[in-house]
This record gives sequence, C-alpha cells and structure tokens, in this order.
Amino acid sequence: MLKITGKAKVMEKKTGNQQPITENSQQITVNGDQSTDIILKVENISKQYRLGTLGTGTISHDLNRWWHQIRGKEDPYLKIGETNDRSTKGESEYVWALKDISFEVKRGEVLGIIGKNGAGKSTLLKILSKVTGPTTGSIKTKGRIASLLEVGTGFHPEMTGRENVYLNGAILGMTKKEINVKIDEIIAFSGCQRYIDTPTKRYSSGMTVRLAFAVAAFLEPDILIVDEVLAVGDAEFQKKAIGKMQDISDSDGRTVLFVSHNMAAVKSLCTKSVVLNNGEVVFNGDVHEGVSFYSDMFSKELQEGAKIKAFSDKVSVEKIIINKGDKQLTTGCSLFIGDKITFKFTLLINSITEGLCISLDILNKNEEFIAHISHEDGEIVFEPVYESGKIEVKFTTDKLFFIPDIYSFNLWIGQFQITTLYTMKNVFSFVLEEGELVKRTKALPRHSKFFLNTKWEIND
Amino acid sequence: MDKNKDWLYEITPKNNLFDLNLKEVWRYRDLLFLFVKRDVVTVYKQTILGPLWYLIQPLFTSVIFTLIFNTIAKIDTGGIPPFLFNLAGVTSWNYFRECLTATADTFKKNQAIFGKVYFPRIIMPMSVVLSNLMKFGIQIGILIAFYIFYVASGSLIRPTIYILTFPLVILCMAMLGLGLGMIISSMVTKYRDLTFLVSFGVQLLMYVSLVNLPYKEFKERGYEWAVDYNPMAHIIEFSRYVLLGEGTVSYFGVLYTVATSLVVFFLGIVIFNRTEKTFIDTI
Repeated sequence: MLKITGKAKVMEKKTGNQQPITENSQQITVNGDQSTDIILKVENISKQYRLGTLGTGTISHDLNRWWHQIRGKEDPYLKIGETNDRSTKGESEYVWALKDISFEVKRGEVLGIIGKNGAGKSTLLKILSKVTGPTTGSIKTKGRIASLLEVGTGFHPEMTGRENVYLNGAILGMTKKEINVKIDEIIAFSGCQRYIDTPTKRYSSGMTVRLAFAVAAFLEPDILIVDEVLAVGDAEFQKKAIGKMQDISDSDGRTVLFVSHNMAAVKSLCTKSVVLNNGEVVFNGDVHEGVSFYSDMFSKELQEGAKIKAFSDKVSVEKIIINKGDKQLTTGCSLFIGDKITFKFTLLINSITEGLCISLDILNKNEEFIAHISHEDGEIVFEPVYESGKIEVKFTTDKLFFIPDIYSFNLWIGQFQITTLYTMKNVFSFVLEEGELVKRTKALPRHSKFFLNTKWEIND
Repeated sequence: MDKNKDWLYEITPKNNLFDLNLKEVWRYRDLLFLFVKRDVVTVYKQTILGPLWYLIQPLFTSVIFTLIFNTIAKIDTGGIPPFLFNLAGVTSWNYFRECLTATADTFKKNQAIFGKVYFPRIIMPMSVVLSNLMKFGIQIGILIAFYIFYVASGSLIRPTIYILTFPLVILCMAMLGLGLGMIISSMVTKYRDLTFLVSFGVQLLMYVSLVNLPYKEFKERGYEWAVDYNPMAHIIEFSRYVLLGEGTVSYFGVLYTVATSLVVFFLGIVIFNRTEKTFIDTI
C-alpha cells in the first residue's frame, strides 16, 4: 500500500507541474511557456568507431581521407559503417555506435535513456558531456551539462582534501568563488572534517568517494546526467546518486537525463523516455510506454535465444512447457517476486541410456550463476536404464525470491553426473519484477542478490 | 518559439579552425591556476630538498658543461666567465625543453581525466607553461645571484639596454615550446612513434641550440647553417647577449625567430583544436 501511494505522489507532482502550464500556454503563448522551452536539442547525432587496433592501417586511411577532403569529396569511410550489433561478425572495420539520434528535452523534464548493454547509451552521454565529439550531427543546449559519473576526477593523492575539493570543483566547472561559498557545506556533507587538511592518499577509499561525491552533489548544472550503469560499482554511492537525483528533480525542477537498467527506478523517476537499440532511437515518448516497449523488445529477442547442443543422439528434448499455476508462460514474460513456476519436459530416448540425470542453472542478466537445480533435489528416481521411448519429467520451484532482474535457465542432461549428453542454453528466460509481496516505497537495491521475505513485529 | 534560438552552445563534429574560445578559457581561469598550483606544489612533495631541486639540476649541468666544453675542449666564451655562459644557456634551454616535453604528452598523460569530463583542453598545456614559468623564475634568481657574484669579483660583464626585451624572449620561448608541444601531443594520439622522437630529438636539438657553444664557434668553422634555422639557437644567443653583453645578433635572426614562434604557436592551436574533440577515440 505504502509503495503505491508513494509513487502516486510523485506522478501527481509531475503532472501537476506540467498541466497548468500547458493550459496557460494556450492563453499566454509568450510568457513562461515551459512546455515548449526546449533546453536540449539533439539533431541527427551519429558516431562512428573504428574496430580493432590502430596500427599501420591508420596512416593510409588518414591519407585517403585527407585526399578525399582536398578534392571536396565526402569522407570515404563514413559510407561503409555497419550497425553496431555486437553479436554478429561484420564485414567492415567501421561501426556506427550511434546512428541518426534525434530527440528534444524540455526544461524541467526527467528523461530516462533505456537500452541494453552496448546500445549506445554511454556513447551518447560522452557526446552530451563533450568528452568526445559526434561524427555527424549537432547538439544544441541552453544550459550547462554536468554528469554525476565524473566523481573524483582529477583528485591528486598528494594534495589535501580541501585542495582537492577546489581542484575537482573547478574541473567540474565551478569557479573558485562558487566553491568558496559552498566549501563548508561540502565538507560537512562528506563527513571528512577531521581529515580535510590531510593528503587524500591517506584516506580510505570510502572517504575519497564520500568527498568526491560531496563535490559533485553541490554542483548546480542546468542539465544533470546520472549514469546508474557506471555507478554500480559502489553500492553506497549508487544509492546516494539516485537519492540526490530524486531530490534535484523533485524540488528544483532541474532537467535530468537518467541512464539505467532498473526499470522500476526509471518508471518512478522519469517523465519521458528514449529507448536505444543498436545505436538507434527505437522509441521516444512517455516513460511507461517506453518501459513496456523495452521489455517487449527484450522478450522478442529472448524467444529466439534457445541454443541446443547435442553431444550424443541418445537423448533429446521434445517439448518443454512452463507454467505459473494454470497459466502457460512464454520466454521473456514478466514474473513477480514470490511466483512459483513449473517446468514440464518431454524427453525422447533414442537408444540405451544409463544413469540419466537432469539439472538446470539459473543465470542473471550478467550471466552470473544464481542457483542450480537438480533432479536429485526432488524425491524422484530415474530407472537405471532406459531403452527407448518418451519420459515426462516435471518440477515446480518454490517461491522465487531473487531481486528484480532478467533470469534465464540453462538445461543440462547427462549420465552419472559426469558425461554430457545434451545441453540447451536459454531454455526459458523471464523478467522478474517486484510484485505485491514487496511492500517497500523504494526499489530494492540492485546490488543485493536475493529478496529475503521477513516477518516484523513491534512490541511496545 | 523565438527563445528556442538562443542556444548557449552547440556541440558539433568539428571545431572552427581558429576558434580559440577565449571566453570559455576565461571561465575556467580558476582551474588553470589550480592546475598550476597542483603542478608546483606536488612535484617535490615528500622530498627533503624540495624546491631546491629546481636549482640543483641547472647548476650541476652547467658545472659539467664548463668542465667538458671550456676546461677540456677549450671553447672560448669571449669575456664571459664560462660557468655563467653555460648557466644562462641551460636556464633558457630548460624552460623551452620543459614546455615542449611536458605539453607533448598532454593527451596521453591526461586521458583518464579527459575521458570523463570536459573543460577546454588547452587549459592543460597552458598550465604546464605557466608552472614552468615559475620554475624558470626561480632559476633566473640563481642566475642573477651568480651574476652579481661575478660582477663583484671583477668580471667585465654588463647587461645591455635590450634586457628590457627579455620578457618578449620568454614569450617567444613559451610560444615555441607550447606550439610544438601541442602539435606533437595531437599527433601522438594516433601515432605513438612521436613519443620516441621527442625524447631523443630534444636532446640532439640542444647541441645545435647554442646552449654550450657561442654562435661564432659555428660561424668560424663555416657551420652556421646548422644553427641559423633553429629559432631556439637565436633565442639563446640573444638572451645571452642582452644579459651578458656578448653574442651575435642579427636582424634576420630576430625576425626569423619571432615569425617562426608565431607560426608554430598558431599552427599548434589549430591542430590541437582539431584533435581535442575526438582524440579520446583514438588514443
């Protein structure tokens, strides 16, 4: 219950912020028309990268490019780029990490940038923060852009904490005057008062991060970029970054670009979304539609994903049916924490098979092993020898208490737990979301692995 | 909709060639000084002699030069005490060399910071030139101390009125070092070969920059072409002339040096400007 009201409040605030303004804008079109005040305009941004190592080929390509340029011709290497699909081996040395990206951000909007790993999110952020230039296209902005991913850039271990605050602040674009005003607050926020005049090389890594984050937190850019993907490393920092972002977008009405894999966070924080896939914008619009577009896209890809490898012709899988209660599931579907799933396999025995055994691995999106399931966990016993025919095997899991992520099952069929007969990768994948069972106001922290259901009591 | 036209700035694939963007550099001036401070403060931290190292290096070099070139090889330095002759040469040469070698790996050395955050990249080489200027100032101090010592002990050296142009000489050196350094640093992002060239090239260049030899030594033997087209040779000869009153100065030399410094400097800026946007992809 708590959770729902919490979210509703945020949404109400957002719409409440925009609704009256659009109404006003119809009457007074010139003044305070926030809905058309575009603060950031991205026009046909493309970015080409060259694959492989830079070596002897570089100078010949450069000369060729230069030769085309003085004759007034187009860069010959711009034509030959390929779409950036990591898994297929391409012909060309050049790929487009981003291709014709266009979108607009209005003042005060919180835009979620969603996409798989390698979709081009980080490249886009790098271009937005001017770290690297686009190959073609242009970005126009009315405000200064700063990003929370730059935490601790330029810290010099030999300098004291205070000196580093000044240096880091200046690197992030603050003037000395601005830092002078905020220095006390920054130091207090970091909680490093005692060490502030000690060189940062004597700091623990945690203290360095705290101090660095404190500087970034007091930055006041017009457009703030928060890249959760890069912030994952440090759990505390990630939590702080998200919290800070929530503050900024809620209270100041600042424009924020938020990059994340965490759909729950995107949904609750953002108002608009852009979905990237293989370097192209595939969706641009409302955040809820964007998130469902993204999960649809994911499930489509997952369905095509099962990979079978037979090591002998003794056994094969004829059919797999996966159910949640009575409902049949397709790969890529959404499940909630606390759901139970049932697997039903139909195995085809082609020739004499002894000591049959079956197991499954559960992997998360980063291909980390989360759990292992074996037929020995149940109290079933296979016949010592099967000659031929069909066997039906069925198992039901207990309630799933993983944290929200994407999970997939790999199937292994073997003999005597040693010999591999048959494997099937990606038998079934699903997107796990927080469901009714999780009654929190904030999303589960993503650096945890499991959701542990607990019972609480208060004794006065 | 009108106000959608006044953009604060635009991100485009390429910079304008001569777009120095001084406004932005000015906005980041605090950063420039903080970098200078960082460079100066941190170099000799946790050393016992600290900034004294700034002095030890030129002094020892001059002693060795005097021993080899003047005592053993008997090179005539005119009326100037050989040690002072060498010290003046080494001090100026050091400034140029440090500017060049330290700016030449700007992109490579700072790729971690450049890869994460934007500020006008030119701040980095500029800070190098400025922090070296402070170092140079300290070294000039020791030169003056020896100068006074020699004058007091009866040497006939006198500065000329042209000593007033000395700041311009420093400016020329800074522009040459910075310009060359920026050109090299831009090319190093793609072609690492240049790093090797710089390290020994600078060392070879010293021998044709009149650091430890007077111009007339070259001229008398008919080898003046070896130094005539090297602006650094003119700068060092000229600075020795204004400080110590002894040396060969020609209009050609002065004009040639000023022109080369300007050309190299602006060329450096242009090339640096072109590289700064995308170097992070190739380095």
